[in-house]
Amino acid sequence: MEYLLAFIVGGLICVVGQLLMDFCKLTPAHVTSSFVVAGALLDGFGLYDQLIQFAGAGATVPITSFGHSLLHGAMAEAEQHGFIGIAMGIFQLTSAGISSAILFGFIVAVLFKPKG
Amino acid sequence: MSKQKLTPEQQEYKEKIKPLQPKPPYLLNVAKAFLVGGLICAIGQGISNFYLTFFNFNEQTVGNPTVATLILIAALLTGFGVYDKIGQFAGAGSIVPVTGFANAVTSAALEHKSEGLVLGVATNLFKLAGAVIVFGAVSAYIVGMLRYLFQMWF
Repeated sequence: MEYLLAFIVGGLICVVGQLLMDFCKLTPAHVTSSFVVAGALLDGFGLYDQLIQFAGAGATVPITSFGHSLLHGAMAEAEQHGFIGIAMGIFQLTSAGISSAILFGFIVAVLFKPKG
Repeated sequence: MSKQKLTPEQQEYKEKIKPLQPKPPYLLNVAKAFLVGGLICAIGQGISNFYLTFFNFNEQTVGNPTVATLILIAALLTGFGVYDKIGQFAGAGSIVPVTGFANAVTSAALEHKSEGLVLGVATNLFKLAGAVIVFGAVSAYIVGMLRYLFQMWF
């Protein structure tokens, strides 16, 4: 059941992206950028946590969760250090995603030959 | 798209070619994006369940290792040239999940490999994916500030 929910919710988020690309002629970079902003905004109202609870990976795998966890890290640190904490905590939770993207991206680029 | 004023001739031409331009197959594209995007999320759910069962994670923290694992898989697939083929088929279904972020990072680095490790690979690593980080950080900062102020006053 949780697989089905993840499939449906994750698929629907991708459908929104596809519609933006086809009808509004947005480039992939524009789509992902707006999705990250949308994730941060939704989390600002506390809605994204509910979506994650409902759909699991269907909500954590799309790029919208990047904006959500940026804000979550910022708010967690802000509770302890006030305003300055927002700057301190912003990358706290997404550090795994960004550092692994840098590491694996670099290793693959060194080891593999460009194709096509 | 461009904001320049078009001459009457140019406008006339634009109207004329409109019915000749190919229309994207909207429904088919949407169905493909839904299938592939949903499938990637279902695989993510499987990885999440693996970390929940065998490692010390809970529902809140399991997103992190899941995303990192998907990034590893997507980077490897990009290296083998498979992810581009998936992308051609799936459109947004391969761009919106976090695997698309990994593909953007890896493919930009691979493309500039011939320019050397420092100026090629390292400099261009975030050429495509940087926008996501910039907009994410800026929006999270602004929303965070607003929420913090809101909490202080109410």
